[in-house]
Amino acid sequence: MTLNKLFVIILVYKQTKMNKTVTMQNLKNGLIHFLSHTIGVGVLVWMFALPAQAALELEISGGSAIQVPVAILPMAESGAAPSGSRLHEIISNDLRGSGMFRIINTSGMPALPTTASQIKYTDWTALKAQGLSLGEVQQVGGNLKVSVQVMDVLRQTALLQLTYTVSPSQYRHVAHLIADQIYEKFTGQPGAFATRIAYVTKVGKRFTLQIADYDGFNAQTLVSSNEPIISPAWSPDGSKMAYVSFEKKKPIVFVQSLYTGERKVVANFKGNNSAPAWAPDGSKLAVVLTYGANSQIYTISADGSNLQQVTKSSSIDTEPAFSPDGQSIYFSSDRGGRPQIYKVPASGGSASRVTFEGSYNVSPRFSPDGKYLTYIRNDGGAFKVAVQDLGSGDVKVLSTGSQDESPSFAPNSRTIMYATRVGGKGTLATVTVDGLVRQRLSEAGGDIREPAWGPAQAAPK
Amino acid sequence: MNKTIWTVAALALVLTACKSTPMNPAKVEDSSVTRPIAKSQGNTGADSSASTDKINIKTVDVDTSKDELSAAELAKRQVFFDYDSDAIREEYKALVANHAKYLVAHPQTKVVLQGNTDERGTHEYNLALGQRRSVAVKNALNVLGVSDSQIETVSYGEERSKQNCADDGCFQQDRRVDIVYAGQ
Repeated sequence: MTLNKLFVIILVYKQTKMNKTVTMQNLKNGLIHFLSHTIGVGVLVWMFALPAQAALELEISGGSAIQVPVAILPMAESGAAPSGSRLHEIISNDLRGSGMFRIINTSGMPALPTTASQIKYTDWTALKAQGLSLGEVQQVGGNLKVSVQVMDVLRQTALLQLTYTVSPSQYRHVAHLIADQIYEKFTGQPGAFATRIAYVTKVGKRFTLQIADYDGFNAQTLVSSNEPIISPAWSPDGSKMAYVSFEKKKPIVFVQSLYTGERKVVANFKGNNSAPAWAPDGSKLAVVLTYGANSQIYTISADGSNLQQVTKSSSIDTEPAFSPDGQSIYFSSDRGGRPQIYKVPASGGSASRVTFEGSYNVSPRFSPDGKYLTYIRNDGGAFKVAVQDLGSGDVKVLSTGSQDESPSFAPNSRTIMYATRVGGKGTLATVTVDGLVRQRLSEAGGDIREPAWGPAQAAPK
Repeated sequence: MNKTIWTVAALALVLTACKSTPMNPAKVEDSSVTRPIAKSQGNTGADSSASTDKINIKTVDVDTSKDELSAAELAKRQVFFDYDSDAIREEYKALVANHAKYLVAHPQTKVVLQGNTDERGTHEYNLALGQRRSVAVKNALNVLGVSDSQIETVSYGEERSKQNCADDGCFQQDRRVDIVYAGQ
């Protein structure tokens, strides 16, 4: 098979009728091989070869999510449109994948409007649509001019009028921007579709640190190596990536500019240098150094100067994460015997314990709004993603795998991405903070691990 | 390990060199080129034993007979650990002691202790656990007189682990410290 990437979509039909599964993928895009037939109570495994890099699969579990019914109509597109999914398909996939929307099937409709004046509202109220989006894509010079209107079907008024002029390479990005606007209009919360993720792939013995859209498309390699790469961390402005590379046969912390490729060693001291975490203002990082002893937390300026020790223990102190206000560093430590999460003032001082449930909690990461802490809990030998409401202290275990790792929040604080293993291979998955909506991203031919969801920001031109 | 083969003009010269300087593996590596025979044909006059008329070419395999580091008691360089433990098991204490003896006798020689873990758990926490194991071996070497300046402790965590182990016999292979001499 010459296609380098294959994606596995697993449709899991739960026994309870309240649960439903929807594939987000455009099934027309090259079904190559029907891999397997029904197994047991109904697990269907299909393999698709896709022109683009990735696919998110949606699995909505639980029936209590309130979903806004919306119709996302095809745009009038003049001239040669970029290949791949159409704008309305990308928007639909985003909204459906959030679990907050029900996308109305318009395939039975005789004529679909492309301007507001063509809308027959009775058609859409009959389908119980609350929102309807339509518009056009025009070629203007070498660019695309995308004009979209989102209508309130009941009031028959425009909720959104959006116009973007972009290069054709930004086609998917514009769709994500539109989906963000629609999401915010109907839910009152910002969307996180026009965002990027970083992750590490391992194919054979080759490690690559990649950046991609949140749905896995448009993947680009930032660095590749025959030695391990771990712990990618986005700078708060999204312009730089800190990570740990073993290229010199030991872990060293690098910071690399996404756009210039400039690469700096930030921490290369005797022993290990690892676990970089940016302060919210981007001026410094927390890192873990060992010298000749156990892992301890330090802060260091982004240029490698001004090293300061934060924790001083004879235990393991690692996996630092700044609180969103920059005042505290949360970290994993086995100072009490088993690994638990503690916090310490970012300038150093005495640490206090944060997690009390369960005998093993590591890898803390904050939601950007500061309301939640996600971490990995070892739950009877299985490593799962947990989330703690920092207001109430309530803890919920969210993931269902046995080797789940590296949780990180979307910039809208609603969804957590993490690494999981399926069929012995590393892949990425997402789950909403309420645990109701899950998706999985997969790439055949290698392992994907160590996801880090980038901050909210516009993509570079 | 590379099978470094020297082709030399004068065996005596080489053996003298080996004895007179501490075995530095980096130097073995660096001189692994075939020496030009003409150069040692006695015209330097530096070593009478090399300036004979006849050139006997002999091949020396430094990885076996003549390398102290390749002696049986130093060839073993892996210390294995129990699950979630950094305690050096009784059966590895002699191994560690042999390396301590060598390092004390060769104070210019340096080692890197590379800690490793199995794949269970998070990458960074495993890095810290692997480090704890390398520190445990370092402490054992220190007690036996090896200087801190000769030792660097690092960890690969789970990064070199076998993937998808099904039983502890498999995981056990990953829970170890590798003793790596500088230059090797």
